[in-house]
Amino acid sequence: MAGAAPLHEAALQRQHRREQWSILSLVVPAMIVIILIILIPLSWLFYLSFLGDDGGFSLENYHKMTQYKSYYRIFVTTFQVSILTTLACIALGYPLAFFLAQLPPKWAGIFMLAVLLPFWTSLLVRTYAWLVLLQKRGILNEFAVQIGLWETPIKLVHNMTGTLIGMAHIMLPFLVLPLYNAMRKIDGDLMHAAANLGASPVHAFWRVYFPLSLPGMVAGALIVFVLCLGFYVTPAVLGGGRVIMVSNHITAILENQFDWGAASALGVVLLVATTFTLYLAARFFRFDAVLFGRD
Amino acid sequence: MDRFPPELDFAVTDSQKETSALPITIRNLTKRYGPVFALNSVDLDVRSGEFLTLLGPSGSGKTTLLMAIAGFNRPDSGSIQFGGEEVILAPPHKREVGMVFQSYALFPHMSVADNIGFPLKLRGIGGTERISRIEEALETVQLSGFGERNIDQLSGGQRQRVALARAFVFGPRVLLMDEPLSALDKKLRERMQIELKHLHRKLGVTTVYVTHDQREALTMSDRIAVINDGELVQLDTPKRVYNRPANAFVADFIGESTMLPLTRNATGALTFRDQLVGEAGEGRDWTLVVRPERLFLADAAAETDERTIVLKGVLREAVFQGESEMVLVALDGDTELAVRIGTGGTANPAGGNIGGEVYIGIDRSDVIIIPGGRAQ
Repeated sequence: MAGAAPLHEAALQRQHRREQWSILSLVVPAMIVIILIILIPLSWLFYLSFLGDDGGFSLENYHKMTQYKSYYRIFVTTFQVSILTTLACIALGYPLAFFLAQLPPKWAGIFMLAVLLPFWTSLLVRTYAWLVLLQKRGILNEFAVQIGLWETPIKLVHNMTGTLIGMAHIMLPFLVLPLYNAMRKIDGDLMHAAANLGASPVHAFWRVYFPLSLPGMVAGALIVFVLCLGFYVTPAVLGGGRVIMVSNHITAILENQFDWGAASALGVVLLVATTFTLYLAARFFRFDAVLFGRD
Repeated sequence: MDRFPPELDFAVTDSQKETSALPITIRNLTKRYGPVFALNSVDLDVRSGEFLTLLGPSGSGKTTLLMAIAGFNRPDSGSIQFGGEEVILAPPHKREVGMVFQSYALFPHMSVADNIGFPLKLRGIGGTERISRIEEALETVQLSGFGERNIDQLSGGQRQRVALARAFVFGPRVLLMDEPLSALDKKLRERMQIELKHLHRKLGVTTVYVTHDQREALTMSDRIAVINDGELVQLDTPKRVYNRPANAFVADFIGESTMLPLTRNATGALTFRDQLVGEAGEGRDWTLVVRPERLFLADAAAETDERTIVLKGVLREAVFQGESEMVLVALDGDTELAVRIGTGGTANPAGGNIGGEVYIGIDRSDVIIIPGGRAQ
């Protein structure tokens, strides 16, 4: 060995490479799962959606969507439900997260359990629970009539109202968690500083607190909105056939007509719409900040 | 007989009176957290235009006091007045107090100029006047041209200056600072201390500064209020706090010191090892406080006389610390004296003579006698 040669250079590099590979190997199981249950079926879905009746390539399935007005209505309903649910979640979740963020961490944890508890119960159970609560002879109606809030039982379920109530309840934790997280990160001194500089509590909130909590709110709202776009169970149960969202229609097509092509095409359109929503969000807000709470 | 000349009280010049330098009067301010008194009936007068430091260990109540002045916590009882106006019930946003926070608390979603302009905007100052006042404030803190920067583009020292500019730009009645330099490295901190003092002189605004760093307090303050266990222990100029500590806590907390118990001789005078140290009132124990830098190594011929006291001991250790050398001298078994001597020339005659006999001298004017037993 020459005296001037760097010591152990090759061995050290080998060690470095080995370490990198061992870290990389950790993601292999997840990668296999993703490829098997997401990428392959998704490709299959795309493939099916471009198949015509004769088995050749065709845009027929997509063409159908522009022909029937029912498809248009379904997309409008889907976005309507998603937007309204998101707004309801913000209206309910922002004050809740704000309240939690003001509590000492120990108490916040206990109250957070109340938010998360329904989150851990079966989706189906929660949805049917709402059905029981909201139906015409349900607890809510009986109670309201008894105390004279309204005279005859009103229709709270098997319509848009019921769907929104159920979905807002189910989606609430998805908004509260990232929002609470963002709020916890706001330095308490900032509100003190704002007050110190002459801002009333209302002013300090809108000028300082709200803008700083916005990334958390957008992150939560995005998650809620995207989950709503593809939601199935709650509109199916609480909508009573009157609130037909894209996923409900996909099921209907498969059950009634067994038309895989049309169902796949609808799925593809939903996927594209979702991706487009995320893309728009990424353009208006810094995406990494929104999703990972970085600032 | 007072061995020390009376210190010159911080003189408020006429030019400073022109600015809104209001005195702060605090009376019987009490704040309890459960059984613990964070503030125990504190009385404090901050003079118009002075730089007063609240100095104390963590948990002493100094921050609680500052927060009470700013209006961020609600005391149980007491009075706080700005120039005769009671503010104890006023919410923080109506107190017209400028504050520099330990974390700076700059708004991360606003530019430097927007941060500084924030209090101006709230006061309806707009347009060119706001711009010129922001510019002026930036100039004062030597950050001209930084207005458009984002907060995360600034260094720690620059953030510090922006926080400062934001705190005084709207002409507050009082300026409060909560350990504003603690996040800076030593060199920058020392430079900012001088700059803050300079700025204070320029603005002339009554300033209350909180720190646990005794050196910082000595460097910057017109007067220091030493606080411990929710009580005001001593309120004096830095020199007097250092040279005439009120009790063992102050002597121990500010500067280095060795405390030696004194005994009374037959005539009632206080002595240490049969050496007459001074006179004192009746009763109680008395303690001799010696500062390491006030001691010196004397030669063997030196003797106690009217000017100096000389003690004999054995050199235990000599530690070189750069600008000075710390010499530990054992007087006997468990009494050890720290002596700080210069490192220039032949400053240390005892040099390598560890285990050898040495003589320590102290000028009688440097003798500090405090009431109470030994602190340790």
